[in-house]
Amino acid sequence: MDRNQSRRQIAAMKQSLFDQGLLDEQFIQLEELQDDANPNFVEEIVTLHYRDSSRLISSIEQALKERNPLDFNKLDTLMHQFKGSSSSIGAKKVKAECNLFREYCRAGNAEGCMRSFQQLKKEYAALRKKLEAYFQLARQAGPQETACRSK
Amino acid sequence: MLLLLLLLLLLLWWCYCSVRFCLDLRSMNLGNGKGSMSAVTTTGVMKSGDAVSDQFPAGLRVLVVDDDPTCLMILEKMLRTCLYEVTKCNRAETALSLLRENKNGFDIVISDVHMPDMDGFKLLEHIGLEMDLPVIMMSADDGKSVVMKGVTHGACDYLIKPVRIEALKNIWQHVVRKKKNEWKDAEQSGSAEEGDRQPKASDEADYSSSANEGSWRNSKKRRDEEEEAEDRDDTSTLKKPRVVWSVELHQQFVAAVDQLGIDNLCNGTFDAWVVGIFVCILSKTTLLPLWSPVFRYSHCLGRCKEVLHAFQIIRVSNVNRYIMTLHFGFIIASIVNSHPTEAVPKKILELMNVPGLTRENVASHLQKYRLYLRRLSGVSQHQNNMNNSFLGSQEATFGTISSISGIDLQTLAVAGQLPAQSLATLQAAGLGRSTAKAGVPMPIMDQRNLFSFENPRVRFGEGQQQHLSSSKPMNLLLGIPTNMEPKQLANLHQSTQSIASLNMRVNASAPQGNPLLMQMPQSQPRGQMLSENTGPRVPRLPSSLGQPNVSNGISNGFLGRNGIAGNNRGPAYNPVPPNSSLLSFPMNQSSEVSVNNSLPLGSTPGISSITTKGSFQEEVTSGIKASGAFPSYDIFNELHHHKSHDWEITNPGLSYSAPHHANPLQGNIDVSPSVLVHQGFSSTQHTGQSRDATLMGKAMFSVGEGSEQDNLQNAVQHLHPLLVDNSVRVKSERIPDASSQTNLFPDHYGQEDLMSALLKQQEGMGPGESEFEFDAYSLDNIPV
Repeated sequence: MDRNQSRRQIAAMKQSLFDQGLLDEQFIQLEELQDDANPNFVEEIVTLHYRDSSRLISSIEQALKERNPLDFNKLDTLMHQFKGSSSSIGAKKVKAECNLFREYCRAGNAEGCMRSFQQLKKEYAALRKKLEAYFQLARQAGPQETACRSK
Repeated sequence: MLLLLLLLLLLLWWCYCSVRFCLDLRSMNLGNGKGSMSAVTTTGVMKSGDAVSDQFPAGLRVLVVDDDPTCLMILEKMLRTCLYEVTKCNRAETALSLLRENKNGFDIVISDVHMPDMDGFKLLEHIGLEMDLPVIMMSADDGKSVVMKGVTHGACDYLIKPVRIEALKNIWQHVVRKKKNEWKDAEQSGSAEEGDRQPKASDEADYSSSANEGSWRNSKKRRDEEEEAEDRDDTSTLKKPRVVWSVELHQQFVAAVDQLGIDNLCNGTFDAWVVGIFVCILSKTTLLPLWSPVFRYSHCLGRCKEVLHAFQIIRVSNVNRYIMTLHFGFIIASIVNSHPTEAVPKKILELMNVPGLTRENVASHLQKYRLYLRRLSGVSQHQNNMNNSFLGSQEATFGTISSISGIDLQTLAVAGQLPAQSLATLQAAGLGRSTAKAGVPMPIMDQRNLFSFENPRVRFGEGQQQHLSSSKPMNLLLGIPTNMEPKQLANLHQSTQSIASLNMRVNASAPQGNPLLMQMPQSQPRGQMLSENTGPRVPRLPSSLGQPNVSNGISNGFLGRNGIAGNNRGPAYNPVPPNSSLLSFPMNQSSEVSVNNSLPLGSTPGISSITTKGSFQEEVTSGIKASGAFPSYDIFNELHHHKSHDWEITNPGLSYSAPHHANPLQGNIDVSPSVLVHQGFSSTQHTGQSRDATLMGKAMFSVGEGSEQDNLQNAVQHLHPLLVDNSVRVKSERIPDASSQTNLFPDHYGQEDLMSALLKQQEGMGPGESEFEFDAYSLDNIPV
């Protein structure tokens, strides 16, 4: 059926996200929290995350622009916040990039920071897009099967 | 008046004995143990636990604090899934006020480590101190140091983000564990309370009888109240199988610890008498809040914080003033004697005389208390970031002097820097601000007076600067070992002269400083004894301590400490009535400062400078004396004004004059925080109790002057902008000289939270007696 098809599609999509390493176990945790009382809990969380993190991203960008010299402490703090937020939704690759960025910050490697940040932004945008597509599909498919656990 | 004289004499005697006795200053011994000293939570926790015991852990009331909205929402959902009752906050301040409003409203708190408005560990400390709830820290940071920090600050667990629901499912264990420990202690201690009651009563009677003043009647009365409190606690504890450290119970605990400490500290009956007198005086006075700044900046920083916390707690919970007084007395005694408290659970238990309380209860509570104290000093260290810059150089001085903890040194250094400010406050106080109420602006008249005073002072200060700078640096560290004395004496001599001249002129105009100064001469020998071995002190100080009487006594003692700074000026200022404002300034100041986060701090430094000046007639950090005296007056004046706007106004003035004062102050800046404390006390006392002020205690401040002159300057300048920005409620008008002190305030930013808390509470504490000027300077509410 259409529905089944949609569900399978959704499941497949989700699986691919996991396989690609974009999402991790935390996302599953979020899905498990989803229930009838909050059928779109994961989507809400992700939306909230992206809203909040875009602010952080722009702050980091701003901080990176003030180049001479780079305030690594500030960057580290901002990135720490961003990392915490990203890890809460299970954004695996983004989190890895955050760690890399922080490493560069601690080492005082401005170039590394810039590069890492660019990469991070890419990952961040990519995941966002994919999740949006995923949720759209899930909404279309109906509230029930979105919280399928895919192991 | 006769009574006062007698008290003064006793104080002097005591100070002398103490000096003799405490030649070997010991390092401060704040919190040895672990655990946080937390205000006792009422039985709410138990009740809630009992209520939902069937479904436990369902219904557990959790408070989640995290600035990240995503995490917050996820946590909330997870906790709801665990069937807990969740309240979420995205700001630490909100969380704290929530907790304070419903003391029994929550069972456990989960907090993020990195938050923009308040550090998670600070929040942890607050909660531990005030509510004694289990707190779980969480962070994406899994570094060992951070986790260790959580452990040392008393967090019962540390979660790494992203938090899984499985981790949250078990948080109830921390609630149960905490309750269980208390309960077990309660059960085991069991018995002998009745028996203890008698001895305790007799002990108290002895204690009071040893006091040779009528003030002991008050203490006796208070003892009765205390026993009543005990009764209440007994019933409450008896009703419940576990010991809930209610505010009253904690008070008793503190009182017992204090008493033990006093017994230990005081060598002999006389010492106990003196301390008792202090206590009585304190109990009479409602100016306890005023002491806060003094305490705050003493080298017994932890103790002071404790006091402040105690104020806060007591204020909130209407604690027995007597106990608070006793506690104060103890603190003073311990500071002066620099003896560690010999608070043994068994003895504490006996003294407390609470039926149903077990030794284990007391032991665990004591442990928490020690941890709390330790954290106070640790936190203050943390908070004195601002001081770091200027304190650095001073610390070197301090370090050699005593084994004072880093924080103490810092605070001391800060204190040293603020002599001018304290002077200013003193002046302000002297001018007779009787507005004890927080936020009551100084009458314009006073302000005018202040200005007039300040002018001459300023002149003096500047003139003195040169003179002062010539004097050797004095270490106003309370805990300065006796070996400092000779140096201090020398300094004192130098400074005395300069100060004397200054004093003369100042006398005409600035009444505030005088009392302190006058009294200080005697305190000289005692100067060194400021080590503060307060040991773990229960943070709850009865609000009664704020009472003018008591505070006068205590502040006198402290004056002795700072002492000396005040004394130096004493002779010259004799004509000027002692301004408790000096004493109160520090307190007020600190409270105000804490409220405003910067200015108050500055004020205390000023206070200390004043006290230091007063206390050491001879010793002197020349800078302190000359300029300090004046500025300190200003400072004190400012301090007395709880008004934040006062500070604001003054700040500009202060900032200008700061540079001037900075120099002289630099000499003073070495004054340890303890000096500030003392000064604070002095100021409180000086209202009407000039003699007392001098007597207060051992004027053991050896003002450590620094080579830090430069630092001070920088500091002052640094502080200046900060101060200006602060909305300290000190009346700027009054203290033109205060600028120097305001500059110093930023030093104490870190501690402001404490002060603010205290101030907030102390506002209500009331002015205390009219004779004590410091009444007027009750601390304003300090927003935490």
